[in-house]
Amino acid sequence: MLSEGQAKSACPSEKSVYIHAKEPPLKALATPYNQAHHRFAVFTAGVTFCLLIAGALVTSNDAGLSVPDWPTSFGSIYKIPHMVGGVRFEHTHRMVAEFVGLLTIVLAVWTWRVEKRRWMKALAVGALGTVVAQGVLGGLTVLFYLPPPISSAHAALAQTFFCIAVAIAVFTGRRWVEEVPQVELDSRRPSLITLSLLSIFVLYVQLILGAMFRHHGMSWWPHVMNAPVVALVLTWTAVRALAVYSKIEAVRRPAILLLGLLITQLCLGFVAFLTRVAWGREAVQPELPMVMSTVAHVAVGALLLATAVVLAIQVWRHVPVSFGERVPEGEGSPVAA
Amino acid sequence: MNKKTWISLIGLVCLGLAMLTGCSKKEEAQPTAAAPEAAAPAAPAATPIDPATAASVSGTVKLDGAAPKPAKIDMSQDAACKGANTAETIVADGGNLANVFVYVKDGLGTRTFDVPTTAVTIDQQGCKYHPHVLGVMTGQNIDIKNDDQTTHNIHPTPASNREWNESQPPNAAPIVKNFAREEIMLPVKCNQHPWMRMYINVVKSPFYAVTGPDGKYEIKGLPPGTYTIAFVQEKLGEQTQQVTLAAKDSKTVDQSFKQQ
Repeated sequence: MLSEGQAKSACPSEKSVYIHAKEPPLKALATPYNQAHHRFAVFTAGVTFCLLIAGALVTSNDAGLSVPDWPTSFGSIYKIPHMVGGVRFEHTHRMVAEFVGLLTIVLAVWTWRVEKRRWMKALAVGALGTVVAQGVLGGLTVLFYLPPPISSAHAALAQTFFCIAVAIAVFTGRRWVEEVPQVELDSRRPSLITLSLLSIFVLYVQLILGAMFRHHGMSWWPHVMNAPVVALVLTWTAVRALAVYSKIEAVRRPAILLLGLLITQLCLGFVAFLTRVAWGREAVQPELPMVMSTVAHVAVGALLLATAVVLAIQVWRHVPVSFGERVPEGEGSPVAA
Repeated sequence: MNKKTWISLIGLVCLGLAMLTGCSKKEEAQPTAAAPEAAAPAAPAATPIDPATAASVSGTVKLDGAAPKPAKIDMSQDAACKGANTAETIVADGGNLANVFVYVKDGLGTRTFDVPTTAVTIDQQGCKYHPHVLGVMTGQNIDIKNDDQTTHNIHPTPASNREWNESQPPNAAPIVKNFAREEIMLPVKCNQHPWMRMYINVVKSPFYAVTGPDGKYEIKGLPPGTYTIAFVQEKLGEQTQQVTLAAKDSKTVDQSFKQQ
């Protein structure tokens, strides 16, 4: 993400070096900050988070098939059925999902119209494609009676879409658009960006393992066994970010949040295990403690993944690896254009 | 956003709504009674059994140890549900174990049997299934009724038969279904009321029974022979016993399950 001007001054060094971008400005500055667009993106991300909770409630209440047809609900696409039993969870989830779909269409069109950054247009179209795919997966899982691979893919893609919505909100924010980024080169190994990407990877694996367990496609132990790995990688990432780059606010804040959410998530995972696996094995119906703990575990898991994505984005921007490491040997040293 | 963008957005929303309206169907049009599944290919003629030599086996199924306290069911999520709010996972009164499916698992050889023309009934009443455990022959029709003033959905989750999931509103016509393959303890649940669960046992012979509240069962009309009698309980599993029946024999085969 270094501009040409930055690249000229970014000499390979063993020590970290602060660089303040000067003229010419970053390409991002070419797009003016659009407050309404940004607020709409934040709103879309917020409603998506509510949708995640609604979806988690469906699974936790074993209500996924309470409305047996799709895309209609009891034969109608607009009539609201009697909201009792499992129907209130499943149909509410469908209504919120339709709303998020509508918001995403508006966001994609709006982004396409106002954005000058081509990659942002691509991201908005990608978000639209993701939400469409997510809707199709939701329908397939109903029509095929909740097969674990499809239900788990639906759960994983939900959080992927949430991360995309959060990323769009970040990229359209005033700080991202107008701020001159404070850049510090990273010469440590593994680099912070590597650790950040590794965090996303282990969280995603954990998400899939958890989803497979929740949808009866796998035992609980792979998800539980992977938890210490996730904790280790995330702690390493956050501690590195805070120990070395705490002066950069855009990196410090998600790193602190990552640690806080990690601790919360581990506690919620323990409670969810107790209520659902240890105590709830013989339950004749979903009980409130097991529903609340598992839904909270899913919601905080989504926030954790989104925070890891935001951290990686900010690290990519503010803490790039030194130029010498990015240019393979033999291809020459950085030269002025 | 400029004027053109607004016009595009509004047009898009209107188009979407128009498509949704066009695709919708009337809720009343939802079929309430499904056509029965196609029965298995025509079976060979039933092997006759001489009534003069027919034997019977009967007995009592007991639970060793104290019966667990039935789990409470919370039906508050649907005001129309006013049934007995205890689970039927293990029902034992005075040591007599109810809802045990007893059937001839082995010993009938290649005999075939006529499928009864009369249907068996599952009734949804008080947001519970009646009976909790049902026996039926392959291809025999099951009438599923809803006597509750709320919508149920009937969702069998078989291992070897076809899975289906249909909703049934109050006062709807019975849903008629059958199962083509043999399957023991086939779970049926309602996803609208997650405590609603029952088990259908699909067998090829008419030699089966379900223990009543007194733990008793009786299987009549068996031809002389040596048989494996299986006793299956939804939570306690399966146990078997062998019995040899001579012509006109009437033997008692009791069974007990240990509380796990």
